[in-house]
Amino acid sequence: MAELQFREAIRAAMVEEMRRDESVFLMGEEVAEYDGAYKVSQGMLEEFGFRRVIDTPISELGFSGIGVGAAMNGLRPIVEFMTFNFAVVGIDQIINNAAKLRYMSGGQIMIPIVFRGPNASAGQLGATHSVAYEALYGHIPGLKVVYPSEPGDAKGLLKTAIRDDNPVIFLESEQMYGLKGEVSDEEDFTIPFGVAKVKREGNDVTIVAHGKMYHVAQQAAKELAKDGIEAEIVDPRTIKPFDMKTVIESVKKTNRCVIVDETHPFCGIAAEVGFQLQRDAFDYLDAPIQRVTVPDVPAPFAKNLFDLWLPGPKQVIEAVNAVTYRS
Amino acid sequence: MAKKAEEKGFTPTGVVYQSTKLPKPTSKTHDKLGLKKKDLLNLYESMYRQRRFEERAAQMYQKGKFGGFLHLYIGQEAISTGVVQALNDDDDLITAYRDHGFALARGASSDECMAELFGKATGISSGKGGSMHYFKLEKHFWGGHAIVGAHIPLGAGLAFANKYNGNDRVAVCFFGDGAVDQGSLNETFNMAQLWKLPVIFVVENNGYSMGTAVERHSAGDLHKRADAYGMKNDIVNGMDVFTIIDKFTEVAKDVRKNQNPWFLEVRTYRYRGHSMSDPGNYRTKEELDEFKQTDPIERLKTYVSEKKLVKDDEIEEITSRINQEVLDAIDFAEESDFPEPEALFHDVYAENDFPFVK
Ligand SMILES: Cc1ncc(C[n+]2csc(CCOP(=O)(O)OP(=O)(O)O)c2C)c(N)n1
Ligand SMILES: [Mg+2]
Repeated sequence: MAELQFREAIRAAMVEEMRRDESVFLMGEEVAEYDGAYKVSQGMLEEFGFRRVIDTPISELGFSGIGVGAAMNGLRPIVEFMTFNFAVVGIDQIINNAAKLRYMSGGQIMIPIVFRGPNASAGQLGATHSVAYEALYGHIPGLKVVYPSEPGDAKGLLKTAIRDDNPVIFLESEQMYGLKGEVSDEEDFTIPFGVAKVKREGNDVTIVAHGKMYHVAQQAAKELAKDGIEAEIVDPRTIKPFDMKTVIESVKKTNRCVIVDETHPFCGIAAEVGFQLQRDAFDYLDAPIQRVTVPDVPAPFAKNLFDLWLPGPKQVIEAVNAVTYRS
Repeated sequence: MAKKAEEKGFTPTGVVYQSTKLPKPTSKTHDKLGLKKKDLLNLYESMYRQRRFEERAAQMYQKGKFGGFLHLYIGQEAISTGVVQALNDDDDLITAYRDHGFALARGASSDECMAELFGKATGISSGKGGSMHYFKLEKHFWGGHAIVGAHIPLGAGLAFANKYNGNDRVAVCFFGDGAVDQGSLNETFNMAQLWKLPVIFVVENNGYSMGTAVERHSAGDLHKRADAYGMKNDIVNGMDVFTIIDKFTEVAKDVRKNQNPWFLEVRTYRYRGHSMSDPGNYRTKEELDEFKQTDPIERLKTYVSEKKLVKDDEIEEITSRINQEVLDAIDFAEESDFPEPEALFHDVYAENDFPFVK
């Protein structure tokens, strides 16, 4: 096991896949000569040259669409967005073209493309730079959505994403790029989509948390353990497909569930997971499911308001208290 | 208080006469263009197939045989036909929703095209696309795209892949005058020129974006948009198939050799409404009649008969064979099955067993 930063794990996945398959290339703003806005692609230009590591203008609509067209015609593009907040400018290409052309062509068109980059908030950047998009993309049939929480998962899942024959939305976090974690040394290590991982075992409550919120859940679990509450943490790792089976198995054991989700509450990930749990595990629940999300408002700038807005361990502990009837 | 007469509007108003003006056609003869008698007959057959197919499709639509939108290409057939003649069979074509003509010109059968309108499993897109979303990848026809302007970057992407793979293919991306107003065009032009992509962008300027005349929706000459990017561009007469063949042969040669994009503004006219529900109040009958005088099919017929290149009965043979072919296509479409219910979940993902949420 090597210890890598999140950004290094993502880079390793891209580099390995580009060495393995000539049709894989990287394009996006500042990915080549600048070495990546967050240094994810550092050194890749040097290894692969300007043909395969391509700086684009600030034209998210244009280069997303060129990526989709190139994927239709046999290549496997990795399109980096400086953040997914800017991908909104090009979202027509993702939602109308990448996600639907296979279906509308009766299966003639294949679009193996990865759109990747940082997602969600990264401190006090204001409302336009702070949106968690997994629920929005998860809503669209034809897309797969991945939001890993740790470097090891990131590497294995990104390699799977690049090899996948469908468009994949691969979400990262500016705030996690420096995070270190164990990454498998196994040659050609990949992780299949739709397989959640129980990352902490416990009998008292199930906490479902992905991406950046996974770390919030871990902090909360540590605190709760001091009080004798053992939380089981399930990290779904991929949002679409979503491994409900593992979540349900855990809930059958703990009989209580808290979902921690960085998207807004209405039509969010927690809403969907909560619905499926009540339908499929109703008889096993000893308390109503609770969710912890950002509120139904845009991200504020002021430090005090931002801290109120972003879920932290405190809210998770409160939710666990509610489902375990401790107060 | 502002009086009505002093009111200043924004969009230019008024019914327009001569929404699009045709530049001169080529003076080259068929000989000069390297066209043999067989080619001339093929050009006629292709244009007439597109015309007849759509006339019948419109009748079927009016009879209520199928639903959805139906946009007819009638009047513009010289463009699809001439481009297919001028380019190689493995060059990549992509267009907007007015797509029946392109699919047929590229060799899709009347059967599969008609069946798609009827939403049948035997359709060109297996009944999953409908009129606006025809695809035929084995003929390098990439659709059929109905978000105005959204396929312009796709066309550049096809060219990007061709250049990346060094395969010498040229991509041709067609769109309407309305699409010129989209941001996607400007972003794509910039990258296409910057990256020297082997792509020909073609605006089929038929005078109108739905009911809005070009001069009411676009500032300046359309082809001049390319000047801002230093992209080669020109205006072409789109009612004469020889002119299309001539220009696209020359331009494709340049694109293939020098790996640079082009923007061609092809002036043309659609005889029918924007879609089947359009009464056409925004244009004059005079304008329509005037353009019908330039009809590409009649023009070719006149040329070959004046030059005594083919016998009348050769044209008649093609005409009646196509008439029958299209009638047979209607029978084929009616008799074909609808997609199986399972098809609802097929081809969303590469894996048909994707765990769809219920
Ligand atoms: C993004 C978008 N906006 C609006 C429409 C509705 N719409 C469909 S066709 C059309 C007019 C386009 O005209 P033009 O590009 O000139 O093509 P033509 O119909 O003349 O072939 C409009 C407004 C659409 N399909 N997509
Ligand atoms: Mg038009």
